[in-house]
Amino acid sequence: MIEVTSIVKTYGSGEAAFQALNGVSFTINDGEFVAIMGPSGSGKSTLMHILGCLDTPTSGSYFLDGKDVSTRTDDELADIRRLHIGFVFQAFNLLPRTTVLRNVMLPLVYAGVEESERDKRSKKALLAAGLAESHFGHMSNQLSGGQIQRVAIARALVNDPTLILADEPTGNLDTKTGEVVLGTFQRLNREHGRTVILITHEQDVAEHAERIITLRDGIIITDSRSHTRRQAHHHEN
Amino acid sequence: MKTNDIIHETYTALSANKVRSGLTILGIVIGIASVIAMVSIGAGASQSISSSIKSLGSNLIQVTPGAQRTQGFGASGGRGNAKTLTNADAAAIASQVTNIEAVDSEVSGRYQVTAKGTNTNTTVMGVTSKYPQIRNVEIAEGSFITDAQNDTGAKVAVLGPTVRDDLFGADAEGIVGQRIRISGAEFKVIGITVAKGGTGFQNQDDMLFIPVTTSQRYLSGNQYLSTIAIQASNQDVMTHVQNDVTALLLSRHNISDATQADFSVLNQNDILSTASSITSTLTYLLAAIGCISLVVGGIGIMNMMLTAVTERTREIGLRKAIGAKRADISAQFLAEAVALTLVGGVIGITLGWGIAYLVNMTGAVKTSVSLASVLLAFGVSALTGIIFGYYPARRAASLNPIEALRYE
Repeated sequence: MIEVTSIVKTYGSGEAAFQALNGVSFTINDGEFVAIMGPSGSGKSTLMHILGCLDTPTSGSYFLDGKDVSTRTDDELADIRRLHIGFVFQAFNLLPRTTVLRNVMLPLVYAGVEESERDKRSKKALLAAGLAESHFGHMSNQLSGGQIQRVAIARALVNDPTLILADEPTGNLDTKTGEVVLGTFQRLNREHGRTVILITHEQDVAEHAERIITLRDGIIITDSRSHTRRQAHHHEN
Repeated sequence: MKTNDIIHETYTALSANKVRSGLTILGIVIGIASVIAMVSIGAGASQSISSSIKSLGSNLIQVTPGAQRTQGFGASGGRGNAKTLTNADAAAIASQVTNIEAVDSEVSGRYQVTAKGTNTNTTVMGVTSKYPQIRNVEIAEGSFITDAQNDTGAKVAVLGPTVRDDLFGADAEGIVGQRIRISGAEFKVIGITVAKGGTGFQNQDDMLFIPVTTSQRYLSGNQYLSTIAIQASNQDVMTHVQNDVTALLLSRHNISDATQADFSVLNQNDILSTASSITSTLTYLLAAIGCISLVVGGIGIMNMMLTAVTERTREIGLRKAIGAKRADISAQFLAEAVALTLVGGVIGITLGWGIAYLVNMTGAVKTSVSLASVLLAFGVSALTGIIFGYYPARRAASLNPIEALRYE
């Protein structure tokens, strides 16, 4: 459960101060699939950084699973990210020169989980993300764009997070591969009850979610159910 | 993060850039190898110098004629030619100073020595029967000069191995009993000494020995001595004996002011400590030169690590985003730097050892690799890794994950 109240984020100070977020409030329940939409400069990246505990708000409060995470130190934020949040970025999701399995394992490595246990959990996450077992030993640079994103999704799943945060996950993919990735999110949300927040500037990508929050100039302009929800075709290959 | 994982990450990162890692390691290898090789050369030189001083005799105190200190009076500076010590002085020391094992009166000079058709110019030492004991000389063939031969001024000679080779040839047999001429006077060869080796200040094999009284009578023509060599009974009484000898000779020579003494008393330990202070300065100098190359190697590591931090900014951002703490990131980069220096350290120690061994083989300088220098080099290399890896590691750890992920 995510509760965000009157979040303000200001960059710089005095004359040069720039307000990226200007009082944003909403609640996201467990198991929701939400898209945060807006053009560039709308403050959606700033909001994603705060939701992902990569940054803290200038004012306002952010409760994640009932815990206030808006005023934490760097290392405490790192703990929260490791335990409660799974990230999928637009690009540079995987470590180079590293196998698929090792990439997925990384959050568990930092958590100090036993080797056999993290092996098991990583393989499970990879299968859940729809990646065939034959790819587990591949190096990350041997994968296609769609496969990379699914490995990233598996890594986001592996620590059993409260929230999966995807920042333009289809931005670097062609439409068809993008559909497959979005389908994976939908399936995880529907079948595994995962909370997914999708940040995008594209309307048709946002429509894969069941709820769309639209930002403009640092404030929410709409927060509505997606009436024309798209179902992605599953091309599990 | 577990140790195993840090090792895994370090290996992956370093093997990704083999040439760069190799060159950085090479810098450390050169640094460590030069520390080990240079310190081994310094230590070897100091060992060979002190062993050659010790081979002159153990617990040795030498009294030589001439002033101990030259204070602007040129006349007192000619130590070698001054004639102040006599047989009576040596006898007085032997009878009046305690804690003495043996006293040897010596007269040395260079003379032309001839045998059947051969000749050589060598040091002729007039000595007593105590000489072998005090100066660590052993007899290979025949016998040494006896007290009786000294009392009668017998014309007998004991040859050093080099003199024997020069006069009779290296393979000659039955030399004992042969006759030689020293400065025209005929001597009978009664013995040959064991070779001591040509190292040290003078070649101790290129000399021959005759009774000191014979030398005074037939060669120098006076009653003076060039050295009184005294063997103290042990290491601890040397200073004591030195003081007693000085006091005795001052009173015998009627000198009240010790600074005006017409002789000098040299303690072997003084010579040894002077020589070892020179060689240890040399060793420090060599070690310092080695350490400079080690520091240069360390800067190479810092350079590589800073480049790595810049290159891997996005990787660091990603690691932080998925939950790596500052400590995890800095441990990873520090481990890389330390791994580079440790690998360099091991190779460098082996290489340094090899260089020391090769230098030893050439015979030019004796080398000695000490455990201390290996530990020093290894410690310094580990320390170099930590010091020069710390700053890049800190820089990596303090990167803001958002900035790092955005970095192009």
